Amino acid sequence: MSDESPSGLDAVEAGPAASAGEAGAGTAGAPVPEHPSVRALRGRFGDAIRRQELVARNQVVVFVDPRRVREILGWLKEEPEQSYAFLSDVTAVDYGGGRPLQVVYQLWSLVHRRNLRVKAELPLDDLRVDSVAPLWKTANWLEREVYDLFGITFEGHPDLRRILMPENYAEGHPLRKDFPLRGRFSRAEQTRRALSQEVADFYIPEEMEIGRDPQLVPETPPSDDSAGESA
Amino acid sequence: MTRKTVEYAVGRTPELGVDGRPAYGPMAPVDIAEPELGSEHMLINIGPQHPATHGVLRLVCELDGETVIKVIPHIGYLHSGFEKQGEYRGWNQVVPLTDRMDYLAPLIYNCAFVMSVEELMGIDVTERCKVVRVILMELDRIFGHLLFAGTWSIDVGAFTPFLYTFQEREKIYSLHESLTGARITTSATRVGGMMADLPEGWAEACRKFVNELPRTLDQVDHLLATNAIHLGRTQDVGVISAEDAINYGFTGPNLRAAGVPYDVRKDRPYYDYETYDFDVPVGEHGDCYDRFLVRLEEMRQSIRIINQALDRLPGGPINVEDPRVSLPSKTDCMNDMESMIHHFKIITEGIPAPVGESWFSVEASKGELGMYVVSDGGTKPVRWRVRPPSFVNLSVISKLAEGHLVSDLIMINASLDIVLGEIDR
Repeated sequence: MSDESPSGLDAVEAGPAASAGEAGAGTAGAPVPEHPSVRALRGRFGDAIRRQELVARNQVVVFVDPRRVREILGWLKEEPEQSYAFLSDVTAVDYGGGRPLQVVYQLWSLVHRRNLRVKAELPLDDLRVDSVAPLWKTANWLEREVYDLFGITFEGHPDLRRILMPENYAEGHPLRKDFPLRGRFSRAEQTRRALSQEVADFYIPEEMEIGRDPQLVPETPPSDDSAGESA
Repeated sequence: MTRKTVEYAVGRTPELGVDGRPAYGPMAPVDIAEPELGSEHMLINIGPQHPATHGVLRLVCELDGETVIKVIPHIGYLHSGFEKQGEYRGWNQVVPLTDRMDYLAPLIYNCAFVMSVEELMGIDVTERCKVVRVILMELDRIFGHLLFAGTWSIDVGAFTPFLYTFQEREKIYSLHESLTGARITTSATRVGGMMADLPEGWAEACRKFVNELPRTLDQVDHLLATNAIHLGRTQDVGVISAEDAINYGFTGPNLRAAGVPYDVRKDRPYYDYETYDFDVPVGEHGDCYDRFLVRLEEMRQSIRIINQALDRLPGGPINVEDPRVSLPSKTDCMNDMESMIHHFKIITEGIPAPVGESWFSVEASKGELGMYVVSDGGTKPVRWRVRPPSFVNLSVISKLAEGHLVSDLIMINASLDIVLGEIDR
């Protein structure tokens, strides 16, 4: 890198601020065309639409009131002008430092070929939001994952339990910033827990009931230790 | 739970014929009463170590006889915390994590991740890089679909197509190897370009491969598409309607088999996909058979795209000239102090990304692959989220398999074309 490229080492030196300016150069100067859905949302829900952000060139993020998430997303899904029928993703972001957790919904409208990112900010002392699983079946597993890895409770979810981590995982929620990379317990404790699992730990209560016809239960000899295994 | 043993009576033992060998005749009907089996449902546990689950998937099924009443999938056996690990690594250091997710189409993952970071940083890659990435992504789409066709045929009971498709995959492995040095864990991309430009003769080898591939596809097509056993086991099995498929978040070939022509390459074109001439195959019935046909046709379309991309492969540099991300040339480093420092800073500190976030989705071989990166201005992501298509596709298996037989469950699982690496991450 020679002297004729002035932005060379200077740009690296200046770091993210300079790059942010460069990245936003195309959009910061010119007036941003407002996302049609955001305009409609403001008209329909007023104060529940907190603010709007433009990130990475032209991606629109709209922050909404966490208590009205299901109502707003349901409207976005059903309203013919919006018809965001496809929920791509539900996830969360933890910035750490006591800042609120963000739940992120990625929507895509198959009809209008538009996408929209909806965020709801949850304060750390009240990590609960309405589930959108009644609207989209795909939210079932996606919300379970967010619950598992971030500890956000989705109210009204049909089957809210851990999905990637084992059900009896006791170390907390791994993707939170206060969770250390190697977990909270020592390696010895983690090994001890892994080795002391019982058969019943691998099944959820719903599964343990399968095959147990009430009329047949008394026939089982009580001394049969492997009953759980075959159940 | 009671244990019942069912006694099978053998009707007759074969008698010896005149030549001393057993003489078999029609088996006499056995006159035993059918045992009283009761009506209790049975719990059967498939996996996590089972070849038909295509990885470490565990399915707990409730059966009534041989009919599946309920399927409860258990995942997470391969969970490695990739997203958490990514928060402790620089932007370029995340790339090796991505190809370990979908090891059946690693280059698509490599590309998708750096594309989202480039979007965040506002970098436009060079024309040559765009075309090279299109070639690599389409090549790996074929790579993933060939594996699907092979394992699918094994699940249906045919072994020959498996050998045919794996022979072709071996050629793609070689292409991977000559480009990246690795066969599966390619890690070929970097923010702002590629690890290396195409080696000498690679484009010709790729052209040769795509010209020869249709022959194998036709063979697989002949062996399976009209095979009576194959048809009987896959048609009208695991049917899903278009509305349900959208509501359940199906993407990729699974969604298109249900009749929804949603393809990220067409609907949200990236890398000039709108200028390539290709068709999006769409199914009619949304059953296992249509999912198979859609994937078979997609491979042919990918061949078309690769041929067009090879035709237009432009010259010029493959990496951007952006001092934030690109290393100075080795010659400069050795002759020029500033370049040396520049090189040193990029290697030791990493590349800084601006504050912000970016979502980028591409059409992976399994469906819509979304990469979501959040930056606070540092050299590491604050959050790196992968929207794994297989994860969402697998969640539908409970609905698809209800009421089918256990053997159909195996075909339904195969038709979803999951890869556990990206489901568990």
